[in-house]
Amino acid sequence: MNDLPMLNYDVVVIGGGPAGMAAAVRAKELGLKVLLLDDNDYLGGILPQCIHPGFGLHYFKEELTGPEFAARFAKRLVELGVDYRTAARVLEIKNYSDLEKVVVFSSPSGAYQVWTKTIIYAAGARERHAFEIGIVGDRGAGIYTAGEAQTLMDIYGVMLGKEIVIVGSGDVGLIMARRFALEGAKVKAVIELMPYPGGLARNIMILRDFDIPLYLSHKVVEVRGKERVERVKIVKVDENLREIPGTEFWIEADTLIISAGLVPSVKLLTAIGVEIDPTTGGPVVNDLFETSVPGIFAAGNSVIINDLVDYVAEQGELAAEGAKLFIDNEGIPTRRWIKLEKGENVRLLVPHYLSGERDVWIYARVSKPMENVEVRFPEIGKKLRLPVVKPAEMLRMKLRKEEIAKARDGITMEVVPL
Amino acid sequence: MKTKVAIIGAGISGASIARVLSRYENLEVHLIEKAPDVGWGVSKANTALIHGGYDDDPKKYPMRAKLCIRGNRLWHQWVKELEIPHVWNGALIVATKEEDFDELEKLLERGRENGVPEMRIVDKEELFHLEPNLTKEAIGALWVPIVGQIGPIPAVIAIVENAVANGVKTHLETEVTGIKVENGEVKGVETKNGFIEADIVINAAGLYADEIARMAGIDYFEIHPRKGEYFLFDEGIPGPRRVLFPTPTPISKGIVVTTEISGHLMIGPNAQDLPPEEKENLATTREGLEQVWEGAKKLWPQLPPRSKVIRTFAGLRPEPTGGDFIIKAEEEVWGFINVAGIRSPGLTSAPAIAYEVAEIIRHDLGIELVEKRKWNPYRKEITHFFMLSPAQINEVVKRDPAYGKVICRCNRVSEGDVLEAIERMKFIGVKTPSVDSVKFRTKATTGTCQGSFCRPRIIQLLAREYGVGPWEVTLKGKGSEVGIGDVKVLFRGEDA
Ligand SMILES: Cc1cc2nc3c(=O)[nH]c(=O)nc-3n(C[C@H](O)[C@H](O)[C@H](O)COP(=O)(O)OP(=O)(O)OC[C@H]3O[C@@H](n4cnc5c(N)ncnc54)[C@H](O)[C@@H]3O)c2cc1C
Repeated sequence: MNDLPMLNYDVVVIGGGPAGMAAAVRAKELGLKVLLLDDNDYLGGILPQCIHPGFGLHYFKEELTGPEFAARFAKRLVELGVDYRTAARVLEIKNYSDLEKVVVFSSPSGAYQVWTKTIIYAAGARERHAFEIGIVGDRGAGIYTAGEAQTLMDIYGVMLGKEIVIVGSGDVGLIMARRFALEGAKVKAVIELMPYPGGLARNIMILRDFDIPLYLSHKVVEVRGKERVERVKIVKVDENLREIPGTEFWIEADTLIISAGLVPSVKLLTAIGVEIDPTTGGPVVNDLFETSVPGIFAAGNSVIINDLVDYVAEQGELAAEGAKLFIDNEGIPTRRWIKLEKGENVRLLVPHYLSGERDVWIYARVSKPMENVEVRFPEIGKKLRLPVVKPAEMLRMKLRKEEIAKARDGITMEVVPL
Repeated sequence: MKTKVAIIGAGISGASIARVLSRYENLEVHLIEKAPDVGWGVSKANTALIHGGYDDDPKKYPMRAKLCIRGNRLWHQWVKELEIPHVWNGALIVATKEEDFDELEKLLERGRENGVPEMRIVDKEELFHLEPNLTKEAIGALWVPIVGQIGPIPAVIAIVENAVANGVKTHLETEVTGIKVENGEVKGVETKNGFIEADIVINAAGLYADEIARMAGIDYFEIHPRKGEYFLFDEGIPGPRRVLFPTPTPISKGIVVTTEISGHLMIGPNAQDLPPEEKENLATTREGLEQVWEGAKKLWPQLPPRSKVIRTFAGLRPEPTGGDFIIKAEEEVWGFINVAGIRSPGLTSAPAIAYEVAEIIRHDLGIELVEKRKWNPYRKEITHFFMLSPAQINEVVKRDPAYGKVICRCNRVSEGDVLEAIERMKFIGVKTPSVDSVKFRTKATTGTCQGSFCRPRIIQLLAREYGVGPWEVTLKGKGSEVGIGDVKVLFRGEDA
């Protein structure tokens, strides 16, 4: 360790996607000495591969593509003079104390140790793959996760196949369905395990626009084709997601795209004992997105899988404000932490702890779709009516600090039919 | 005049034979393989154990009984000379019923006959000391401390690299289609790439050894595949310290629970006999995997949830008529040596098989073997970024900055590792760029995310280094191209 070149910063941001870039920009604006590290050759995280529109409506009040959104942030980052390194992979975080941390990273110019007061962890998520969802059979070419397919097509310029089956009707799966269709491939089916589609309404339109069949309550169980995918086996499931015998059928295809959801990448955090919420897969955080280890903040998809880049950027900025407050006060000053609990039809939520010192945005997802509901926080008497809720659409709502202050111990969030 | 030797099959058997024969001045050794790279046959998917040599009955299976323990001993030297990843952690054959001890006693006795050292039966207390998290049903075990584990494909690669460094010529993507025999003597092998002259032909063709033998007119045995399936779990899931076996049944050694050398919990295999024509059937099945799961649970009740599975795979054991290894010079055809039916414990036995073959050449074919004055027993392992300390990283980046750039996040493989892998692929004659070739040399794509981040980068590096379009790079050889053309190929309507 001692023989490694040493750098010193107030805050090290790990991850150069929208969460990390937003955090770095905000931290710099707040006067902190910031270093941003990313292992890609470029800034932007997964945005540069997302060449479709739909980014930045909230943030820039303008509809941008992924690369455009990334470029705007990257430009601000450079204009502000934020130190950043690409092709730099963090190998280890060491947490010596609440005020001293070390980030060890490797890059083409070698390995370095960075001493820092705070860390903002914005390393994003990874995709679930075919083995994780129990697909058996052969393993020839032509099986890709959606993100990998996107990278290969939109960054490396490779057409993957002609006849496509897509697992998962979330936004990523649907966008890839359109992408394949636009390049002249035949998208033969989108297969969705749940009885309802997983994507945002605007993306579900894609199915109609391109005449793509959607199979709800179905799952892909097997792939065959030794060198390359030749066919995939599909089976219907009942309301308990159990397979219904006798409903199997095959679809001929040369490409199978797995878009079965994302899992926060938290390996470096778990290695130092950061508490993880099993429902989000990300760290337990407070209202400044600080994790259970003081001075380590997190943001974006490594905390909770977001639908919109705007939310991700918002979380990054909040984490930066947290870092500033932490540094100024040698810790986050608060009198108490109020736990935010999941009630009826709330599958996951962040943040987990609220100080009541500031207004907070709550990000949550329901377990099942419902119409005409009320979102309630019974302990503080807050209620909100919504025409529909869907697991695919993240709920985002503000609790004001005066409201939070009314709570004695915890606050529950529940979504109940009216 | 040199004696020309053609070895058919670059699996663990053929590779080991090539290495041992590379030692002799008067042999010209050709290693012929139909796959694009070495070790992709039976040697690719197995339990990777260096067995203890106690379970083969020397009366029924004399070759297996003799070569397994000898192979185990030889591996100790080979893993060091060739820097093959390995661990010697010992095995426990676990009893859960009183009757199991009868079987364990039998294994102990057989082990003694085969010359296996250091085995003994341990009681419950010692058992749980050796393996604290074993099923509480366990009441004792046979403890075989000499059992180990290796990386099977890395082993084949290491052995071939060393063999090539010592003058062996490889012919990859060269399928043997016939054996030329004249007046009862072999003259060479016909391949899809032309004729290769040879005075000695060694048939180490794994699952296809019966077909190769038939090409030489020898048909007293047949090989059928016996499938075994496996689960591999994500890192960080606690696995056993030892290799755990159940008490065996007459059909199978049983489903093993182990922490394989990269630190992942692995369970398997089951055993399902397939008809002889299904030698390419490597598909995993739900029934087979279910069997494995149930079997493993008996020894290791705390199996993680299925969502922690990062890979399932299947291997095919080449089961010969009679059940024993068939290693001999065939009398009807001078110069034709069968190394057939190399089922389990073939990986363990491979070095011993190779010396056995050298002895057959000397003794049965009467060819005097002259040692080279300079034969290099050593081979250096590829640089593995994940094994470097930060200070060592700073040393290697001086040589090449690519070593500082991590491209496989899960397993920490650097771009330098990948480029070195590609260089080594070319060194042994790999002609078709494939992701699997890089994977087996570097471990990239085998971690938690199964390559969804790093595969595109590896494809790009392969395309660059081999001078092809990224869509022409393959996953595992011709027919498994990554794509069908550039992204506009269908749009232009000019797809193949
Ligand atoms: C499920 C399973 C578990 C096992 N577990 C263990 C274990 O734990 N320990 C152990 O010691 N052993 C184990 N084994 C056995 C071990 O894997 C085999 O004995 C060993 O790998 C056989 O190696 P081989 O070189 O003989 O065959 P292969 O590796 O199959 O090599 C033969 C090669 O010949 C090539 N070939 C075939 N036909 C032609 C042709 N016409 N022209 C050119 N090339 C050709 C093939 O492509 C192949 O590469 C296991 C096997 C299986 C399947």
